[in-house]
Amino acid sequence: MRFFLLLLAILLATLTPPARAVEPNEMLKNPALEARARAISRELRCLVCQNESIDDSNADLAHDLRLLLRQRLAAGDTDRQAIDFIVARYGDFVLLQPPVEPATYLLWFGPAALLIVAAASAAIFVNRRNRTLREPAPLSAEEKRRLDTLLDERY
Amino acid sequence: MRRFLYIVPLALFIALVIYFFVAMRGGYDPSTLPSAMIGKPVPTFDLPGPLVPPSYAGPRVKLGFSNRDLLGHVVLVNFFASWCIPCRVEHPVLMGLGPAADVPVVGIAYKDKSQDAVGFLNEYGNPYVAVAMDEGGRTGIDFGVYGVPETYLIDKHGIIRLRYVGPLTAEVVAREILPAVRTLQQSP
Repeated sequence: MRFFLLLLAILLATLTPPARAVEPNEMLKNPALEARARAISRELRCLVCQNESIDDSNADLAHDLRLLLRQRLAAGDTDRQAIDFIVARYGDFVLLQPPVEPATYLLWFGPAALLIVAAASAAIFVNRRNRTLREPAPLSAEEKRRLDTLLDERY
Repeated sequence: MRRFLYIVPLALFIALVIYFFVAMRGGYDPSTLPSAMIGKPVPTFDLPGPLVPPSYAGPRVKLGFSNRDLLGHVVLVNFFASWCIPCRVEHPVLMGLGPAADVPVVGIAYKDKSQDAVGFLNEYGNPYVAVAMDEGGRTGIDFGVYGVPETYLIDKHGIIRLRYVGPLTAEVVAREILPAVRTLQQSP
């Protein structure tokens, strides 16, 4: 029993959230501003690692961008302004969530459109099959004649 | 109509094969990002030169420059650093570029220390007509630099026309950089 408790404790210990890359000396004194900075930096891509946010990344550039972001917020930028400041330099790619615009319509609506097309074709297919199963086509004259002869033979 | 539907999967497959084939073409690196600064003016900056001038044999270098100094001629801005290994790979290409190509190259040492940058230039030679220090990396961020070396082609009016990420090679210079330089030099 004690062994299993120990094992459980070890397993739970590995479930702790991963340490963030944000260093204590980067943080702003004002907790409200710091919270905004954290929220924004989770949405910004680290250009060096490209699949991490600057909040997660240990790259030098990510560190610089975190500091820059905090400077902008401390200087009175709104969230929008601070994000636009970085997008102006690095482009939309820096946003982990790409903006909805004609160039990204396929990205945003493609999967839903594909689902609708697939669901519609499936519905049409199933519907057609059910109809043929439920109401079979009426017998042709030839079939009727054969059926009649078969029935006559038996009785 | 029925016949046509059967061909759809095959058509999709062929389209995918063509896409993969094109995406694998030589010299294409999907991790290279397009620059958001193309067509925009060079960001405002005024950077100091290294504390000690490089002591190589050659014409005197301008130490430190600002964005205004770039106006009036087509110029290449090269971000480099003494700690950057690809910069050493690129260096001979830059050395051959300046006088022969008739386009001035200015160097910005990105997140580098003055004496390290000068040491690098003294050891390998100096390809730049002007050298500036961007120790904090802020000017780099304003240019949209995400890794050295990066090279920016600026036109006569101070507009960024081209960005190349990674070490320049003789082939890239001949194929991309020089034709663009010539076109810009001829335009008013």
